[in-house]
Amino acid sequence: MANIITTRRGTLMLGASAAAAAALGASPGSAQIQRAAVTPPSWPIESGATLRMIRPVRFVQPDEEVFRANCARFTQQTGVQVRVDFVGWEDITQQTAVTANTGAGPDIIIGFNEAPHIYTDKLVELSDVAEYLGARYGGWLPMAKRYGTRHGTNTWIGVPFGASGGPLVWRKSAVNEVGFTTPPDDHAGFLDLCRKLKAANKPPGFALGNAVGDGNGFANWLVWSHNGFLVDPEGRVAINSPETIAALEYLKDLYATFIPGTIAWGDISNNRAYAAQELWLTSNGVSLYFALKNDPATAPIAEDTEHTLMPKGKAAASPMAGLTLNAMLFRHSRFPNAAKALIAFLMESEQYDPWLQANLGYWSQPLANYAESAVWKGDPKVAIFRDVMKSDYWIGYKGPISQASAAANAEYIMVQMCASVASGQATPQAAAREAERRAQRHFRAR
Amino acid sequence: MDSTTPAAVAGAAPRWTPSRREQTWIGWLLDWKPFLIVMCLLPAVGLLTVFLTYPLGLGVYLAFTDTTIGRRGIWVGLENFEYLFGDPIFWNAVFFSVFYTGIATIGKFALGLWLALLLNHHMPLKSFIRAIILVPWIVPTVLSAIAFWWIYDPQFSIISYVFVDVLGWRTTNIDFISTAWPARWSLIAANIWRGIPFVAISLLAGLQTIPPSLYEAAMLDGSTGWQRFRYITVPMIMPILAIVMTFSIIFTFTDFQLVYAITRGGPVNSTHLLATLAFQRGIPAGQLGEGAAIAVSMIPFLVFATLFSYFALARRKWQQGEAND
Repeated sequence: MANIITTRRGTLMLGASAAAAAALGASPGSAQIQRAAVTPPSWPIESGATLRMIRPVRFVQPDEEVFRANCARFTQQTGVQVRVDFVGWEDITQQTAVTANTGAGPDIIIGFNEAPHIYTDKLVELSDVAEYLGARYGGWLPMAKRYGTRHGTNTWIGVPFGASGGPLVWRKSAVNEVGFTTPPDDHAGFLDLCRKLKAANKPPGFALGNAVGDGNGFANWLVWSHNGFLVDPEGRVAINSPETIAALEYLKDLYATFIPGTIAWGDISNNRAYAAQELWLTSNGVSLYFALKNDPATAPIAEDTEHTLMPKGKAAASPMAGLTLNAMLFRHSRFPNAAKALIAFLMESEQYDPWLQANLGYWSQPLANYAESAVWKGDPKVAIFRDVMKSDYWIGYKGPISQASAAANAEYIMVQMCASVASGQATPQAAAREAERRAQRHFRAR
Repeated sequence: MDSTTPAAVAGAAPRWTPSRREQTWIGWLLDWKPFLIVMCLLPAVGLLTVFLTYPLGLGVYLAFTDTTIGRRGIWVGLENFEYLFGDPIFWNAVFFSVFYTGIATIGKFALGLWLALLLNHHMPLKSFIRAIILVPWIVPTVLSAIAFWWIYDPQFSIISYVFVDVLGWRTTNIDFISTAWPARWSLIAANIWRGIPFVAISLLAGLQTIPPSLYEAAMLDGSTGWQRFRYITVPMIMPILAIVMTFSIIFTFTDFQLVYAITRGGPVNSTHLLATLAFQRGIPAGQLGEGAAIAVSMIPFLVFATLFSYFALARRKWQQGEAND
């Protein structure tokens, strides 16, 4: 874990609104981000305020540098010391739990996905911050609104900072070779493509092992694209449905085209197989593309790689739920105004756009107007990640985001349902029943 | 113990007493045995309480609550156990834990004993070979687990590479961990590989304590090699065998790292041990109460295994100076 203390107190009047201060002078790189002239709410900064924040570690080095520089600028403009700790991804959930339960520790935590929904009663409502930012930057994208607000209300408990998604990653040469220009958007066409790829000895493959990101991503896509879902909007388990059965029947055919061994795959396995040219179509975050592009030995593979959305199948839009960064402010903070000012400050275009660009496309914006950021105008292969948060799906779709939906995800309920059918261990009906049994345990009333 | 009180000593102070200094209250306190006992035990008791008794007690308590990460639970009695009783994933973990421990222990002891017997002979570079034998055991488990993870990889296994690309004996990669039974056997093989040195070196130490005169006497009586092994070696190493087996069973039954690093309990939960299942349910899934219940359910198995190897293997009256039954 690394940390930094940016110390520069008393340079500006304490009590000045941070957001107002931020409005002074826009950097040239952010000139194209449209924003409305909205007066920020007044957050009189508490005297002697200092803030501590933890967030997940970076994907790429510039992420951390720009983030720290943004916080340092906040210190410069408001005199509020900000200390940021970067925490390993595996640890942030536990650290959030400890912070919430002990009522001590960081003022702000940027956690993942469901975190604010679990600790709602320990958090400061952030509707004023979110409404201001939404009005200023063209509104919140659907996924951001979903993760930021309490289920079925307009009460903001988190401020999403971005999300990363896992679209289809495929080799142009292979797909073209078997007679397709791009992967089809319907189930039958996609199956046909996969069969032809397999016949050409250039097989596709998706993780069906205990892979938190890739495994859940694929299983969710499979069920959602057949209009199935784990729980209904009221949080009742609804996985054992004809739609799910149809999805699992489809999987039987699709799995037959996969490269062997995907049932044992972890999150990294498809990256390795793809880089070794044993795998020609899979789904992954943008990290795979960058890893290939930055290594001279695999740069030709990156050159031949394309990203498209997963086939939408029977759904209205391609179903994909990314990994979302979700900031929350704890009630135990002694300086909630300073903290709100900091969150708003970091989302202002002077700060947010450079940060978005530093992340190269790993994180995609939650606010509509940042779609114009330069990051999406560089490499055209990265541009698809611009719309990650436009998705109207989330982990635990269609139910409330909760500890239960997070647990169902972490327990691989959907993945294992798919894997047991793919491996022939269970019939689709039995697998759906088993998933229902397991999900009911998590979604039981407490 | 000197029973002189401080007052009496103070009274005698003007006189020159060469052998005895004035007893202060602290000296008196330190001479007081009950206090000394408490003081000396306190660090140990404190450490055990804080780092052993409290977590264990808390773990047992959590097993009877529905605590999740981020939410204080309420007492639910046996609800967690009732759910687990009807949970096929739990029973699969029980089965695999017992199977894994049983087969791996048999493998480790068969091969370990064999290795110990070999090493007990005189051979060139004896010390060097004995040191090399320990390598699987001294390498951090996570490192060897990652090595096996690569060895068993569906795409990049070195073994598959040799069979498919070098020798050409197979056309497809070997399925080590993609289906249930191969995955189980692969994990057991990795565990045996890792456990052999501990058994071999411990048993070697036991073998070296056997007086050569016993073998000489037996040879003079015309014994065969098998008879010497059966009637001298085995009884003589039985006590150490019992201890080593107890430890080995406990380590194997509570194994976590190998399984978690290689399969994470997959494919489809077929290789979950109770330890990995407890972690999976407790930490990533956040169901602390249920995870604790799984961990608590390991205790009876461990107590039984310990008692079995201790009583069945170690209780020989002649070893305690009495006649055998």
